Amino acid sequence: MTSRTSSTRSTSSTRSTGSTGSWGRAGQYLALLGYLVFLAFPFLWLISTAFKPARELGSLHPTWIPRHPTLDNFRQAFDEQPLLRAGLNSLVAAASAALIAVVVATPMAYVMARRRGRLATAATGWVVVSQAFPFVLLIIPLFLVLKSLHLINSVAGLVMVYVVWSLPFALWMLVGYVRAVPLELEEAAAVDGAGRLRTLVSVTAPLLAPGIVATGLFAFITAWNEFFFALVLLKTPEKQTLPVVLTHFLGAEGAADLGPLAAAAFLATLPSLAVFAVIQRRITSGMLAGAVKS
Amino acid sequence: MRARLLILAGAVLALLLSTLTGCSDGDSGTGGKVRLRFQSLAWQKESVAATKALVKEWNAAHPEIQVQYVQGSWDTVHDQLLTAFEGGEAPDVIHDASDDLADFAYGGYLADLRTLLPSGLKADIPARSWETATFGKGVYGVPFLQEPRVLIANSKILKSSGVRIPTPEQPWTWEEFREVAKKLSGKGRYGIAWPLKEPVSITLNLGLSTGGRLFHREADGKVRVAFEEADAAVPSVVHDQVNVDGSAARTTLGMGGSDTLPGFFGGRYAMAALGFSYRQQIVQQAPKGFEWTVLPAPAGSEGLAQGVSPQTLSVAEDSPHKEEAAEFVGFLLRPRNMVRLAQGDWMLPTGTAALKDPALHTARYGWATGAALAGALRSAPAQSVRGYPEWKDKVATPALQEYYSGAIDLGQLRKRLVKDGNLVLARYQR
Repeated sequence: MTSRTSSTRSTSSTRSTGSTGSWGRAGQYLALLGYLVFLAFPFLWLISTAFKPARELGSLHPTWIPRHPTLDNFRQAFDEQPLLRAGLNSLVAAASAALIAVVVATPMAYVMARRRGRLATAATGWVVVSQAFPFVLLIIPLFLVLKSLHLINSVAGLVMVYVVWSLPFALWMLVGYVRAVPLELEEAAAVDGAGRLRTLVSVTAPLLAPGIVATGLFAFITAWNEFFFALVLLKTPEKQTLPVVLTHFLGAEGAADLGPLAAAAFLATLPSLAVFAVIQRRITSGMLAGAVKS
Repeated sequence: MRARLLILAGAVLALLLSTLTGCSDGDSGTGGKVRLRFQSLAWQKESVAATKALVKEWNAAHPEIQVQYVQGSWDTVHDQLLTAFEGGEAPDVIHDASDDLADFAYGGYLADLRTLLPSGLKADIPARSWETATFGKGVYGVPFLQEPRVLIANSKILKSSGVRIPTPEQPWTWEEFREVAKKLSGKGRYGIAWPLKEPVSITLNLGLSTGGRLFHREADGKVRVAFEEADAAVPSVVHDQVNVDGSAARTTLGMGGSDTLPGFFGGRYAMAALGFSYRQQIVQQAPKGFEWTVLPAPAGSEGLAQGVSPQTLSVAEDSPHKEEAAEFVGFLLRPRNMVRLAQGDWMLPTGTAALKDPALHTARYGWATGAALAGALRSAPAQSVRGYPEWKDKVATPALQEYYSGAIDLGQLRKRLVKDGNLVLARYQR
């Protein structure tokens, strides 16, 4: 009797836990769904707006699906502004900045992570402090320095700024990734007779690859979206980047040419999404590579 | 080993930089020609087209002075120009608004145009417009386009209500306007939409019609804020429409002009107080068959007077070709060209000759009503007041927003605008 009761209690308890578990999981999925909807809303609305004719944009009862979808906004955006050239400028600036930032930051991060000492601590502190400077304060001295180097109105000048701007955070990210690679692996490789370079290339680098890719992605997206430096440093239309060109659809007192603006903004998001999609696979494969090595 | 890695990274960096410097600016090699950069803020399709066409015409006729069109943006022009001036890289010809010029003019960044401009242009633009770009003794911009604030009304609602339709000759008084807005209100409908996201300039500019000045320049040249009965007239009407009559939509108090258009098209508001140039958006976005009309803003003791900050063209003080730049400005602002620019921007030209153009006196899209208001436009009250931007952002905007929403009364509004306002202005006038 006692045992039956106990068994019944146990089953009931298991059922109850199972029920709570499934409710909990449903709640998690719901929360995730809500979060995804929250994230996707602006992008979906942007797409919807990009395909709406002007008269639907002024409707008191806007719809998700355009009633009379049109490509006119895209045509107008391309007619009025040099979007392709601006896109190319943005791509060159962002890709170069990301590449350089990663190339410069990786060895620095390795040193900062592996060498513990006053210098490394001071360097880490400086990286943190440098993030506290609002760049509005830096823009005029920066402008003057670049001017003396004849790098105003130059994509090269802009790339230098983007590298300097993204470097501290890239460094900060990479230091974390390097610290996550067990030192014992490098020591084991050394015991097996691998030299320093071989250890770095064959053992550390594969494990660090996802971090390097993620850091590069961060630097790319930061530079791709950057507006203020590009606005100030690039003078001529041939050099302007996409975020600067997008503001040309805005008028005084918040007035906007909404349709072409949405069309251009939608197009401007595509390259960073594409880069993300491609690089995400690399991050996964890098993780797997690291797992096999360890 | 580390050295090798560093050398490798350095080599990659050098390679990239050498590739990228190939993309750098090539301003040299002008071959003896004068090259001017003209930063335009035209943004609507027609205005960009009109401005670019004029630049093309100039370049074709002046092979020795070539102008490059550079697109700027209203949203960012102040910061962008400030940095460019500081760095000595400003465009030669600068498009801006007169209320943005004060700091640049006093800072010595803009050329005094008094001796540079053609006499025909100087004579063509009325003194009241020149005042908007005069700072101290110098003239630092040519005011060329301006827009009054008007009432844009749903014609069907207006006609069916039986109210008197105002004209520039016989406008509504502010009291009459308040009564009309009540009559136009109904179930689910408000008589008027006041888009007051940026309440200060609307309040000050329309306040001129009742004799409001707010800023008083004293004998020692210092400006102080005073909020007198004449200053309170317009804000009181708006406040009462929202909080007493219920004839103005409370929700529009936080909106920009464009935000009110869907409600206006949907019949939720019978009228909207908007800038004259909003007609372009209405033409583009209004549903088919939607009938609308342009009415003058209400009049007070000073008639239809209202303040404006015209669009301006200036020449950079650092430009090595100031005379050529001024010559180009003179070309852009020839009467016929000024009309083209005005039509492109759906605004009014300041030039008297341009303003007479028949194209600006048609009843279509309310052009005639706007043109009839041009004579009543004055320099905005805060035009040359140093410290105005801070007063506006820190004192006047929150105070007016609270007053219009009913959170504070007129006495509290007065106290904040005057007491707090004068503290701010005093810092700029030591």
